Amino acid sequence: MSDEYENKSSYQAQSSETISGTGSGVSPDMDYVRPAENPEQDLYHAHSFIEKWVFCQDAKVIGVQYFLTAVFTGVVGLILSWLMRLQLGFPGLAGFITAEHYYQFVTMHGMIMVVYFLTALFLGGFGNYLIPLMVGARDMVFPYVNMLSFWMFFVAVAVLMASFFVPGGPTGAGWTLYPPQTILEGTPGHGWGILLMLISLSLFVIGFTMGGLNYMITILQARTRGMTLMRMPLTVWGIFTATVLAMLAFPALLVSSIMMTLDKLLGTSFFMPTILKAGEVLEYGGGSPILFQHLFWFFGHPEVYIVALPAFGIVSDLISVHARKNIFGYRMMVWAIVGIGALSFFVWAHHMYVSGMNPWFGFFFASTTLIIAVPTAMKVYNWILTLWRGNIRINTVMLWCLGFIVTFVNGGITGIFLGNVSVDVPLSDTYFVVAHFHMVMGIAPLMVIMGAIYHWFPLVAGKMLDEKLGKWHFWTTFLGAYSIYFPMHYLGFIGVPRRYYEMYDSPYMTSGVGLNEFISTAAFIVGAAQLILVFNIVKTMKTGKKAEKNPWKANSLEWFTSTVPPEHGNFGQRLPVVHRWPYDYNVPGAEEDYLPQTAAPSEVAHTEVEKT
Amino acid sequence: MHAGIIFFLVILGSVLFHIFTPWYWTDIASNWQGMDDTITLTFWVGGGVFVAVCLFMVYCVFRYSYKEGRKAEYKPEDKKLEKILTWATTLGVAALLAPGLIIWNQYVNVPKNALEVDVMAWQWGWQYRLPGEDGKLGTTKVTNINDENPFGINVDDPFGRDDILVQSDYINLENNKPVKILLRSVDVLHNWYVPQFRSKMDAVPGIVTFYWFEPNKVGEYEVLCAEYCGVGHYAMRGGVEVQNTEDYNKWLSEQETFQDLIAKQEKLEFENKKIVKNNNFILNKDIYKEE
Repeated sequence: MSDEYENKSSYQAQSSETISGTGSGVSPDMDYVRPAENPEQDLYHAHSFIEKWVFCQDAKVIGVQYFLTAVFTGVVGLILSWLMRLQLGFPGLAGFITAEHYYQFVTMHGMIMVVYFLTALFLGGFGNYLIPLMVGARDMVFPYVNMLSFWMFFVAVAVLMASFFVPGGPTGAGWTLYPPQTILEGTPGHGWGILLMLISLSLFVIGFTMGGLNYMITILQARTRGMTLMRMPLTVWGIFTATVLAMLAFPALLVSSIMMTLDKLLGTSFFMPTILKAGEVLEYGGGSPILFQHLFWFFGHPEVYIVALPAFGIVSDLISVHARKNIFGYRMMVWAIVGIGALSFFVWAHHMYVSGMNPWFGFFFASTTLIIAVPTAMKVYNWILTLWRGNIRINTVMLWCLGFIVTFVNGGITGIFLGNVSVDVPLSDTYFVVAHFHMVMGIAPLMVIMGAIYHWFPLVAGKMLDEKLGKWHFWTTFLGAYSIYFPMHYLGFIGVPRRYYEMYDSPYMTSGVGLNEFISTAAFIVGAAQLILVFNIVKTMKTGKKAEKNPWKANSLEWFTSTVPPEHGNFGQRLPVVHRWPYDYNVPGAEEDYLPQTAAPSEVAHTEVEKT
Repeated sequence: MHAGIIFFLVILGSVLFHIFTPWYWTDIASNWQGMDDTITLTFWVGGGVFVAVCLFMVYCVFRYSYKEGRKAEYKPEDKKLEKILTWATTLGVAALLAPGLIIWNQYVNVPKNALEVDVMAWQWGWQYRLPGEDGKLGTTKVTNINDENPFGINVDDPFGRDDILVQSDYINLENNKPVKILLRSVDVLHNWYVPQFRSKMDAVPGIVTFYWFEPNKVGEYEVLCAEYCGVGHYAMRGGVEVQNTEDYNKWLSEQETFQDLIAKQEKLEFENKKIVKNNNFILNKDIYKEE
């Protein structure tokens, strides 16, 4: 199968002892790195256009495929949000938006953005591209399964999009799909729409499981020599932990999807109690709607962290690189990621304080939820302490990171309101909730995605994105998004409930009209501002400056590939050997302000490296 | 430098917005002042942290912007600082959690003297049932519901006979008298929510859920459904009128009981039967004539 690296056995046999002898004038053991435990991977190289760009087994191409497909769904989600804001800000202006349509937009926007956009983008997109590069592997350990993973995702997206065109349209059950209304008349798309949604979700989970196994096993088994777990970039830690969460959480979504499909098609009553509809008792009985909510949020809350943890990891790396300073408290950061991941399985019912579950659960889930604030706060402190006494490049990438800190802290604080059970009572199901989760898991991760695009674009495309356009893009997006969601919290205080097609003229809510118009206008601008990025990419690809190798002077392995953009196999003849963590910036005594992970101790014997 | 200034203005703008916002709490009309107070406390603590973190960030942006040749500090860890921050955060979080849990404890423990109100929800409307003179609500069953028995009360249950039925989206409540809202739904999830009362809970088909509050301001309030329940969700409104005891009792005495409803229907049925008999009689007479 492998037609390159035929002579790999020769350099496999080369033990690290032979390498270590080369250090001049230092003890021969200094650079010792344990020999590789696993033989090198066989790679299947593409032989045709289709194998190279369509059914491709190279994780980098798969990453880009995931990225583009996810962005496509994201654009659909964005357009849906425009339509919603059109109705909310200027009710009646667009006559074609009926209540049915509005609820379909709400539902599809939510599901698309959370699952098909953010999850797929972070894990499928960044995960595929970065994991092998950052841990020093030639590819994912199961490239073929990885390819299947993307195509399964592709089919899931196709099925989801198909639901726009079936009789009755897509489901309008709200992205949480709470039964019984989801599959009953009275909810738009209760026939074909919901079925396609459930099928699409099931396909997504199956596809994601294939990808997720790859990410986990690649990180655990295919790290290059010297890449200990505690030397991994936080990006990899974030994606790894998020993948573990996904593997444990998605089954809950899968089973609830299957159970609901059975309720819909075969008339089982997993989630369906005795129901009276239009004067007739339906043929259901004994099921529990709250059971679905438990299953859904057992998936749904970890899902928040499936999106957030990769964002945490990536932003840590971006901040460190561009502040020219080691990430502050690396071990704390790793354990915070792992701790948040573990805790995220014990907080789900904070989405259900007023769901009618036994109210005594409230004490437990409020406590666990506020406990999770502690490691999260530690991460925030460590990000700003990384900036402190750094040497901060205020470039586009850093701006996105700073924007992330502001929006994430803002959204995190409002999370403390909502997690604190009795405070949640007046605020739940109002626009405060909408504002909170958009700020914390919409805008904040989006800031990281944008930062990551500007940061890694030179690696992926070999060209530098335009800084000036980048800054325009950042400021319109950041200021616009902030002025959408910050004031929106206050609509919740007035008491405006979410998922209302129209407010009519409730006397105490009329003051919100002007605010809604403002929010809608800002939403149109922010959405349109994303065209700046599109323009920037097109312009850069045509006339942009060619990226030098490692343009940001970063330490992690993805910048030390044999070619830029990296070829299949990533690292040429020899895999890199790692001697240190990826955060050695401005090490006292070092000539440059960065020490790559591959720098051997003997090369930098004169420096005062503290942590390797 | 620009970046730092803009970020600073964003923080400043947020604080000013919060101080001068015309959009804030709807005036409270129930006993749950504690919820508002906890939110105010959370605003102070959380808002303080937000401002502090962001201002520190802005300071770093100003103070440590890139200069060629400047050395950043190299300090991978600071155990002491990390420990202080962890404990300070834990303390702050605990300080917010404590009042939250105390109020929740009040929320889940209903006062003994609370008036039980059965709120029945469907797609898309509300109706209400109050206990009669025996002070107890009769048991119900979804499958009992029909035109004669719109609340599905078990006819055999003696407590149900004197229940007061309000077949309307609007209900009246007595001022300064705790109310235990018993929620049930005959089809999908709903949520009986009055912003001024602050409290809410989902109505779940198949079970009866509850919450309580004590209205303390006479007036009329809008009821909203706060749990998405299908395409008519936004139109599922109702109303509450909080009255002083005198007015409330007057209103109460005008309401129909289940017994009244049964009697009325029996009478109606009796009359119907009479009409049928008469018709038959006339019909029969005609037949006779023909013969």
